[in-house]
Amino acid sequence: MLRTLRIILGLAIALISSAVQLVWADDASIVLTRLATENYSEIEAGVTALAASAIPSAEAVLNALADSRLSYRLSDKAIFFKDTSGKWIDAATNAAPSEQPTGLKPVKVNNRVRRALDAAIGSMTLLSADPKKRIAAADAVFKSRDVNTLSALDSVIAKETDAIVKQHFEEARAAVLILKPDAPEAERVAAADRLGQRGDQDALALLSSVTNANATANVIAAGSLAAKSISRRLALLSAAQNAWYGLSLGSVLLLAAIGLAITFGVMGIINMAHGEMVMLGAYTTFVVQEIIRAKAPSLFDWSLPIAIPLAFFVSALVGLVIERMIIRYLYGRPLETLLATWGVSLMLQQAVRSAFGANNREVGAPSYMAGVWDLNGFQITYGRLWIILFSLTVFLALLGVMRGTSLGLRMRAVIQNRRMAAAMGIRTPVVDALTFALGSGVAGIAGVALSQIDNVSPNLGQSYIIDSFLVVVFGGVGNLWGTLLGALSLGLANKFLEPIAGAVLGKIILLAVIILFIQRRPRGLFALKGRAVEQ
Amino acid sequence: MKRLISTIAVSAFAAGSLLASIAAKAEDTIKIGILHSLSGTMAISETTLKDTMLYLIDEQNKKGGVLGKKLEAVVVDPASNWPLFAEKARELITKDKVVATFGCWTSVSRKSVLPVFEELNSILFYPVQYEGEESSKNIFYTGAAPNQQAIPAVDYLMENEKVQRWVLAGTDYVYPRTTNKILEAYLKAKGVKAEDIMINYTPFGHSDWQTIVADIKKFGSAGKKTAVVSTINGDANVPFYKELGNQGIKATDIPVVAFSVGEEELAGLDTKPLVGHLAAWNYFESVDTPENKDFIAKWQAYTKNPKRTTNDPMEAHVIGFNMWVKAVEKAGTTDPSKVIDAMIGVAVPNLTGGLSTMMPNHHITKPVLIGEIKADGQFNTVWQTPGTVVANEWSPYLEGSKDLIADWRAPLSCGNFNVKTGKCGSKS
Repeated sequence: MLRTLRIILGLAIALISSAVQLVWADDASIVLTRLATENYSEIEAGVTALAASAIPSAEAVLNALADSRLSYRLSDKAIFFKDTSGKWIDAATNAAPSEQPTGLKPVKVNNRVRRALDAAIGSMTLLSADPKKRIAAADAVFKSRDVNTLSALDSVIAKETDAIVKQHFEEARAAVLILKPDAPEAERVAAADRLGQRGDQDALALLSSVTNANATANVIAAGSLAAKSISRRLALLSAAQNAWYGLSLGSVLLLAAIGLAITFGVMGIINMAHGEMVMLGAYTTFVVQEIIRAKAPSLFDWSLPIAIPLAFFVSALVGLVIERMIIRYLYGRPLETLLATWGVSLMLQQAVRSAFGANNREVGAPSYMAGVWDLNGFQITYGRLWIILFSLTVFLALLGVMRGTSLGLRMRAVIQNRRMAAAMGIRTPVVDALTFALGSGVAGIAGVALSQIDNVSPNLGQSYIIDSFLVVVFGGVGNLWGTLLGALSLGLANKFLEPIAGAVLGKIILLAVIILFIQRRPRGLFALKGRAVEQ
Repeated sequence: MKRLISTIAVSAFAAGSLLASIAAKAEDTIKIGILHSLSGTMAISETTLKDTMLYLIDEQNKKGGVLGKKLEAVVVDPASNWPLFAEKARELITKDKVVATFGCWTSVSRKSVLPVFEELNSILFYPVQYEGEESSKNIFYTGAAPNQQAIPAVDYLMENEKVQRWVLAGTDYVYPRTTNKILEAYLKAKGVKAEDIMINYTPFGHSDWQTIVADIKKFGSAGKKTAVVSTINGDANVPFYKELGNQGIKATDIPVVAFSVGEEELAGLDTKPLVGHLAAWNYFESVDTPENKDFIAKWQAYTKNPKRTTNDPMEAHVIGFNMWVKAVEKAGTTDPSKVIDAMIGVAVPNLTGGLSTMMPNHHITKPVLIGEIKADGQFNTVWQTPGTVVANEWSPYLEGSKDLIADWRAPLSCGNFNVKTGKCGSKS
């Protein structure tokens, strides 16, 4: 009897002490286990609770969840995350677990959880030592407009010494205040002014949600005044932005057409396989990137500079083969050339489809081509900037080749008067072959750039062939400057028509205008004069 | 000379025996037609479906075929050329004597072959989500109708993301136009104002999205939660998503829900900037069911490619093919007119863990899944209908079709019965 009693007593003590220990150690875990679920609303609530708690690992856990590095153990719902080096960390103790955790399931997030995460991480990193992180935090608060961060914002604004960071903090504070119905009226009016100074679309969005329902007349008046000034500014900006878009579309057209300006414009060959030369260039980029990914991932940023000469070489070689095997028998017979090159283009497409498959291939963007350069609301995407610079470089280089090298001299001589050039001892067939290879090679280079903005698929070339002919014919056959001007004016016209008429109608209008233009000036913007025209 | 003669003799013999073997084969096999483009613009999507069919036929033959006979695939290439689809369909039915055909992707190709299948009374299985507004006696639609994809997606955004402003962006052809018409009517019925809906169409293969993405951004900053419903087709999606990433539009700000973007399309993209954007389908490769795992393992083994993805139209072919096998076994014959009758009511397991049934309107019941794009190019299912959804082949939100129903059972046997007038109309 006594023994049983003792056993019971002992058990009870053991139970109680373990329970106490459990409560003590797992105060933190209770919040953490809320993340160990499939239910998104529960995870969302857990994120907010975690951000408000004083758990030392909270920030690391939230960051891990945002990068999907967070998992939970199915057996006991303990939370683990991988640190940046890939080692497991136990979230409850914020240290490496004694043994490798097993039976883990990743915690999934959806957009609502992601928004909660952005807001939570934002409010936690307002005090970060890194000014960039503080700005990111301020922007997160600007978006979340979490009223609870107000006191934190007030204290960081008072302490902040960096002017730019301070501005972001104040804008975030204004964003919180403007929609807070119980804030003092004067503060809300000041917030409207502050947002008006920010002057971007996000500020406009905030100001336009100030309505009768949540504000007094004074606040509404200040809000609509600020909104008006923003709208004016944005209208101006959008015109500038359109011009930029036009320029960037023009540079893409220029790149696609510039090879054709040589084969069609200069040699007079209706080369329907031109688009496929562009496609080959794009696939060369893909192959280069695949090799770099497999062999030397650190060189990835160099993949495009490496691909450029290779793409030129591949496309030029294919061009040379086509010229030697088909086109040279067809000089002076444009219809047959058209049909033959059309056939070649189909063969090349199907060959690529058989070799690489019909699916799109992924060509990654190097780090310097990703992201936006924000000039006070005027946004320049780095990728487009590089493409504009690149196409101008290619254009100038080609112009240099035509003007300054002996190959260019001979090319021009053959174009102007083939017989005379032959009589002077120029081997015209060799010049023909090299010219065609040059045009094809330049198309290959264009493919490297286009792989950054379009699908790398066997159909890549087809979508550019019509536009390329349009540019060359519009600009004036046989004139590189005409191609430049043609491409840029078509790009600009397209982008200014698009917002007014829509993409489909805009394109139709543009085509109609070009048809009318060609009726008036059959030789395009810059007509070649002299002997070449008579041939 | 002697050598030449013997060569000729040998090759003649070889040719003769080959012919004989073909003839022998023709007698004891059942022929299935595969009508998917293997070249041209649609090859990107359709080639996989051809492989899927070859895989399914191979699997069925391993199980002993159908009705004691082996199946034989007849593959033709309509080359993304719509009139050629009709010619090839006629060739399959009259010359190759196929008893059923699996094929088409675009609606225009289906419209092109529809009269051929009706005239020759054969069977077509159409595996792609489409705009509805059709029901033919000879076509079985195993893809989603708008209410099995578009409308649940809009509901999800309304309820879970509290979206109040809508951009309906699509490629300029029949599927996006009809779907957007249905969605516009649906949204208005739900109380969304006209100024909160922006509709935008772009040409096929549109590649310069700068202006339109900037417009969407502008439209989205009017103080109301905005989402984009995208019916942008195939190739144009890659530059569209690249531009979204470039201009920094994140899914947490303006989510994009797409109806034509699946695992295959994402394979050509760097998906990290797209995390959180959505797609609505009836199947995702990432669905965690034993049926799906088994299918993926066998498919990857068949194609000898451990990275080969699966997608929604593939699942539609799996369901359609299994239904056809079951209907043939039920009817005891491959005769199309008997199989058509036997098809209705046939139920087979789908890959998401439920049963799909062929309804009298020749459409199947399907679950609707909403997935968010993950960094690895797969989808994370964030929402799912509790059961399967029956297709509305005629949309109740469109003026011309709200009174129409399709029921191919006797005695009605009509694809466009008007319940108001009580007549079987001429619309098909």
